[in-house]
Amino acid sequence: MFDKILIANRGEIACRVIKTARRMGIKTVAVYSDADRDALHVQMADEAVHIGPAPAAESYLVIDKILEACKQTGAQAVHPGYGFLSEREAFPKALEAAGITFIGPHPAAIAAMGDKIESKKAAAEANVSTVPGYLGVIESPEQAVTIAEEIGFPVMIKASAGGGGKGMRIAHSSAEVADGFARARSEAASSFGDDRVFVEKFITDPRHIEIQVIGDKHGNVIYLGERECSIQRRNQKVIEEAPSPLLDEETRRKMGEQAVALAKAVGYDSAGTVEFVAGQDKSFYFLEMNTRLQVEHPVTEMITGLDLVELMIRVAAGEKLPLAQGDVKLNGWAVESRVYAEDPTRNFLPSIGRLVTYRPPAEGPDGTATVRNDTGVQEGGEIPIFYDPMIAKLVTHAATREEAIESQARALDAFAIEGIRHNIPFLSALMAHPRWRSGNLSTGFIAEEFPEGFSETPPEGDVARIIAAVAAAIDHLLNERKRGISDQMRPGAVQFERERVVLLGAEPHAVTISDEDEATIVAFESGQRLSVSSHWTPGQPVWTGTVGPHVVALQVRPIPNGVHLTHAGAAAAVRVYTKREAELAALMPEKTESGAGKALLCPMPGLVKSIPVKVGQEVKAGEALAVVEAMKMENVLRAERDGTIAKILAKEGESLAVDAVILEFA
Amino acid sequence: MKDMLELLAKRRDDARLGGGEKRIEAQHKRGKLTARERIDLLLDHGSFEEFDMFVQHNCADFGMEKAKIPGDGVVTGWGTINGRIVFVFSKDFTVFGGSLSEAHARKITKIQDMALKARAPIIGLFDAGGARIQEGVAALGGYGEVFKRNVIASGVIPQISVIMGPCAGGDVYSPAMTDFIFMVRDTSYMFVTGPDVVKTVTNEVVTAEELGGAKVHTSKSSIADGAYDHDVEALLQVRRLIDFLPANNVAGAPEWDSFDDPERVDASLDTLVPDNPNKPYDMKELILKVADEGDFFEIQEAFAKNIITGFARIEGRTVGIVANQPMVLAGVLDSDASRKAARFVRFCDAFEIPIVTFEDVPGFLPGTSQEYGGLIKHGAKLLFAYSEATVPLVTVITRKAFGGAYDVMASKHIGGDVNYAWPTAQIAVMGAKGAVEIIFRGSDAEGIAAKTKEYEDRFLSPFVAAERGYIDEVIMPHSTRRRIARALSMLREKQVETPLKKHDNIPL
Repeated sequence: MFDKILIANRGEIACRVIKTARRMGIKTVAVYSDADRDALHVQMADEAVHIGPAPAAESYLVIDKILEACKQTGAQAVHPGYGFLSEREAFPKALEAAGITFIGPHPAAIAAMGDKIESKKAAAEANVSTVPGYLGVIESPEQAVTIAEEIGFPVMIKASAGGGGKGMRIAHSSAEVADGFARARSEAASSFGDDRVFVEKFITDPRHIEIQVIGDKHGNVIYLGERECSIQRRNQKVIEEAPSPLLDEETRRKMGEQAVALAKAVGYDSAGTVEFVAGQDKSFYFLEMNTRLQVEHPVTEMITGLDLVELMIRVAAGEKLPLAQGDVKLNGWAVESRVYAEDPTRNFLPSIGRLVTYRPPAEGPDGTATVRNDTGVQEGGEIPIFYDPMIAKLVTHAATREEAIESQARALDAFAIEGIRHNIPFLSALMAHPRWRSGNLSTGFIAEEFPEGFSETPPEGDVARIIAAVAAAIDHLLNERKRGISDQMRPGAVQFERERVVLLGAEPHAVTISDEDEATIVAFESGQRLSVSSHWTPGQPVWTGTVGPHVVALQVRPIPNGVHLTHAGAAAAVRVYTKREAELAALMPEKTESGAGKALLCPMPGLVKSIPVKVGQEVKAGEALAVVEAMKMENVLRAERDGTIAKILAKEGESLAVDAVILEFA
Repeated sequence: MKDMLELLAKRRDDARLGGGEKRIEAQHKRGKLTARERIDLLLDHGSFEEFDMFVQHNCADFGMEKAKIPGDGVVTGWGTINGRIVFVFSKDFTVFGGSLSEAHARKITKIQDMALKARAPIIGLFDAGGARIQEGVAALGGYGEVFKRNVIASGVIPQISVIMGPCAGGDVYSPAMTDFIFMVRDTSYMFVTGPDVVKTVTNEVVTAEELGGAKVHTSKSSIADGAYDHDVEALLQVRRLIDFLPANNVAGAPEWDSFDDPERVDASLDTLVPDNPNKPYDMKELILKVADEGDFFEIQEAFAKNIITGFARIEGRTVGIVANQPMVLAGVLDSDASRKAARFVRFCDAFEIPIVTFEDVPGFLPGTSQEYGGLIKHGAKLLFAYSEATVPLVTVITRKAFGGAYDVMASKHIGGDVNYAWPTAQIAVMGAKGAVEIIFRGSDAEGIAAKTKEYEDRFLSPFVAAERGYIDEVIMPHSTRRRIARALSMLREKQVETPLKKHDNIPL
């Protein structure tokens, strides 16, 4: 076994590998760029080597710098994590040449699977199920119909030179194929100047299901069940789970055996993932193989009880796999949410900055479930613009899918992040989504269920009552403290009214407050009485406790004369008034957010690249108003409605903070 | 006997209606509450005791003898806020537009006198059309009586003004002499002369909002200390402010049980100051992480944002916070910031509220506009205010403490009691590059760079100052709350003897 390994990565995966290495008694070496001097992985490792400037191309992606760091520290092996150099054939080759072990597959396996066409060929040779189709050029509608009938409907007719949906037709019958063939062909000709089209099986409402495999240097390969990753946003996975709610034992076995066959075909000798696209009918077809540890590997670890990183290190050191296929047992259900530094209410634009607050939920048992949080950041840390914006992977494991989801929802509610924008409200909304809960998934889920993007919804039903009850209890706690302020006319004589009106936004809930032992009883007009108890004290960002029968967590942010509470994907500015205060507050005019809608605000910190409009110009909704560069990405900011530009406040080349006013409408 | 009780009840009911239901409705339509509704919100339920409910004016000109309404346009009395006594007057716009008559002024001065005698805060709610012109000079006399009492009470009891409607002409000077002015957005404005007169005299065309709305007075003129969206929010925030303020200049700051451990450490503060000295950071994060429960009542939030002022609590007891804000103009001291902080420091000192100063200041702002605008005199105000303060002064230097601004910001030399510095502190006459360019004038770029490094290593640290005792202790950022709490506890009985004088002569 190695004495010391180097982790050629950063963030949560570097921390993840260090944890296992430490447990195995192996010393660790971290590498870091200028942007990561104070990063968690640097603090966790036994040694750390600076490898250059912040851009990955000048640090984490430079093979020579990693080699130099190995030499400098005497690291005997390198774990590449995922991303960066993990799937570059040149990296293990260079390590090998330097006599350093690569904790991953041999270079030829990376090469074989790295090429899309080569990997499909290898898959076909290994009798792995691939998407049925005819890749040759089709000459006539009749030929197209014959082919389609062979494949089975529905089929997709695609332009060979195609892209962007042009020249693409879905056909459910022979007649549709004949018609679609002609149209697709002419569209292809006019769009791409190339009228060649081909036909393949169209998978309706596809799901993304992948098989974890692991092999050793002695020719053993086993599969460790599947993961379903159908909840994706623009091909970026958001939620993963294991096992898949779609599969049965038989399909699992078939997929697993095909994955192992493919892995064996390339002599695979580390952890890898064979990705499939699956139909709702449990048909499945090979997509590609990832020759590295996958981001979502923890869900597999939770249900198998294995440590994939440990296995990777052991097989890299030449050990035999400590278990055979028959030893693999799947236990319970695991769900993972990827917590990203991005603003879900602003079309998921990346957000950077300082983690003023970062309080993840406690790891360990949560009732009968288990919470695990793989993270690479800490409170007071910085989210730099240079790298992937993922800050944590929150995983929950329980006996059933339902319990794992419940635990995940609670853990998300208890996850407090301030200073940057993050997608936890969106993840919470997903956890509460009935279609997700039903397991009726497809890769189109987010596009179908959130066609207008995401916005926080006002609370309803049970969630509204929980929020109202907690707000009333918080208000009660503060009032009781006020009763004890010094310098009173008659100390302690002030009584607060027990009848209160809780305003969730503008929606009033009349309640009566009373005390019972350590709990606050909140009685609603409907007759419902909720007993609220918690050890929360003012200033803490997360309220945890019980409300009636529910064990809940809420995010608490103070606002003038109230609190902003978030729970289960719903959020509300809550004010707890006396009846008189509520009555008078109802007379107050509604104020719109200052400037909202009348001004274009910079949605993220960034550099103004251009402002293609002029003062006095009339613009239509959707028209580009400004281009702001952030995270090396040019973001086009568009008009939300028709209007006339009254003032332009920002200049090209100017650096703007979030919410800085770029221009104002008349 | 029963008849007489009924008569009192009826007269009270009449008086409570003020200008009548129509005018009340009109007031509500403007998005405003009535004088009595406002008092309802401001004071503890049922605690208000009204005085002079039946006072009427005695004007007999222009038909005013026929127009008499009990109360005469202002509601006065006293009550409690969370059990603590406050006096209040609330202008009633529904009665003669809240205009000030001689009788109306007498009601206010009676309450002012009582508040001073009882040594309890006084809160004025303004929503009025100025002097009652039918009375002429008698109203002016009334204003003068109010003004004089504002000044006598200044520094003895807190005086707070909330502008909740028009406040123009003679009406503006009473609030102007109180400790704090708050405004309600869109429904309140303050100016000496209104848009009509402005047009006549200067030909400027301007709206009341542009001339004296909440936005103007909180961000441009600094007349107002804060602004709120509507009456309810404003009055509840005044209740919150009163919880921070002592009843008078000898009572000491109020206390309540804190839920927050004074020993709480915050590891994230160790990374608050960025490695790059030119990168800003948000000083408010430090304030919120040091204060009890993250509760901070900011004063003048929208004005001179390069300095932060406001109230917080440590171990349940009020402190005044003054902090340079590196996020705005690098936290530089200019005329506006100096004036803003000086006034705040003097309020705290007058009312025995300890002051905690967080310092990251690159110096005073250079330039003709600052020098012509009297930066020397305005900067001196802050220097003067800190120097004359006898309340406990605890200072934490987080990063830059350059030049004269170092002395100004509650340094040891001008009376700082406990002066801490973070390891990232740089206490120096100026930044390294500037200093080296002067000392080694004429050197080549390479020489300058080398000497800059040398200067940085020697002076841009807290240790040179600590070696001289200018800094009492270099502390870990994560322990800042614990250190401040201990220092304030140690200083609780601080006593300072000052020579007898009539009053000082602060450079106004």
